[in-house]
Amino acid sequence: MMKAGLDRIRSCIQCGTCTGSCPSGRRTAYRTRQLIRKALLGLREEVLSDPNLWLCSTCGTCTERCPRKIDVTEAILYLRNLSCQAGYMRPEHQSVSHKLIETGHAVPIDDEKWSKMREELGLSPLPPTVHSYPKAVKEIQYIIKKTGFDKLVNYKESKKDDKT
Amino acid sequence: MTKHRYSFFLGCVIPNRLPQIEAATRLVAPKLDIELVEMKGASCCPAPGVIKSFDKDTWLSITARNLALAEENGLDILVLCNGCYGTLIAGVADLKDPETRKRINKILKGTGHQFNGTITAKHLVEVLYNDIGKEAIEETVENPINARFAIHVGCHLLKPSDIRPWGLVEDFMLVDELVELIGGTTVDYKLKDMCCGAGGGLRSAELEVSLDMVREKLEAIKQANVDALVNVCNFCHLQFDLGQMQVNKHFGTDYQIPVLYYTQLLGLAQGFTPKQMGLDKHIISVAPFLEKIGMSV
Repeated sequence: MMKAGLDRIRSCIQCGTCTGSCPSGRRTAYRTRQLIRKALLGLREEVLSDPNLWLCSTCGTCTERCPRKIDVTEAILYLRNLSCQAGYMRPEHQSVSHKLIETGHAVPIDDEKWSKMREELGLSPLPPTVHSYPKAVKEIQYIIKKTGFDKLVNYKESKKDDKT
Repeated sequence: MTKHRYSFFLGCVIPNRLPQIEAATRLVAPKLDIELVEMKGASCCPAPGVIKSFDKDTWLSITARNLALAEENGLDILVLCNGCYGTLIAGVADLKDPETRKRINKILKGTGHQFNGTITAKHLVEVLYNDIGKEAIEETVENPINARFAIHVGCHLLKPSDIRPWGLVEDFMLVDELVELIGGTTVDYKLKDMCCGAGGGLRSAELEVSLDMVREKLEAIKQANVDALVNVCNFCHLQFDLGQMQVNKHFGTDYQIPVLYYTQLLGLAQGFTPKQMGLDKHIISVAPFLEKIGMSV
């Protein structure tokens, strides 16, 4: 947290403005204040394995309202990064990541119907994005190898699984 | 001749799921003296709720590559999606720090791209309101749209506010103004500022929570008795259109609120047909709204 420039979290007074502002916490067991407190207490495993960490919609309301000017949303995203490193990534989120690795789009054209729809609207069947430039996909894959994202999201392993 | 040129960032959802928004925007732009210059080989922004949640350095490196493509065009970015806007503008802010930029450019080195921080990203609303101006938009209106609208602004257009040009996070009325200048009436409604529930990886892994959030908004919008909902973010658009059908299925409700992206509405006012604006591609029928304004799909 300190390294990521999120040291203001130390000034949290547990007022609960974050939880009180949270549209997700209104309907789920996600308690922003509780997660922040647990993180400050160093309850690493408890925080990183908590599925509620993944109920934030990143709307940013808590960050705007925090009276201690803590960037709460960034802190949650940082905890999520650590949670992924600790191996608690959701299969759905791995799947989105695999699409990014394979195509350069997290939501790619994976069915002909989308190209057909584009043509009906007078657009090219493929957009001028990575979809039209194989070299660009290679560039994305290069970046992903460099940062180790493929390993983080279990890319090779799932490929093996696909084959068996 | 053309006064306003931008690098046009498409993202994922617009070109690959909601191309009607791309088509509508490409048609209305020339009327506003906007030239959309392609960002050849652009990728996912990448999505702030998912990829940034998984690994910030991967997120920032791919963002930097997209920003570099715009920089190679020598043009600021015009972006239609609040999520992409959030990513790109956060990328610009993060990469202002010389050490971070050096570190990320090192990762990018093998791609042949480098980002030097000479361009920024602007959301459609910023381009329309600040660069083009209300008067110039009004001049393109041939067919004023006289109907009642609820506006959904969306979170990442406004927040985090410290790296946004608006200076406010609630009671944001610029989209209302853009709708009113083409003849519409906008209404205030309960929970107008609330999140649609699509972001943060909720739609992909916590669909029920995500739908419960949009259900709450749909109920509030229904009570406001409007002809349609207008949005300025394709991911919110997807959540209100596809998500509305899913809400009806999941919760046994029967919401039938037509959903339009702003450039689709502007196109109708500029004299384009509903078909040209792709209004026949929506999941929740837009027909009742069109009927109200004397048109049909």
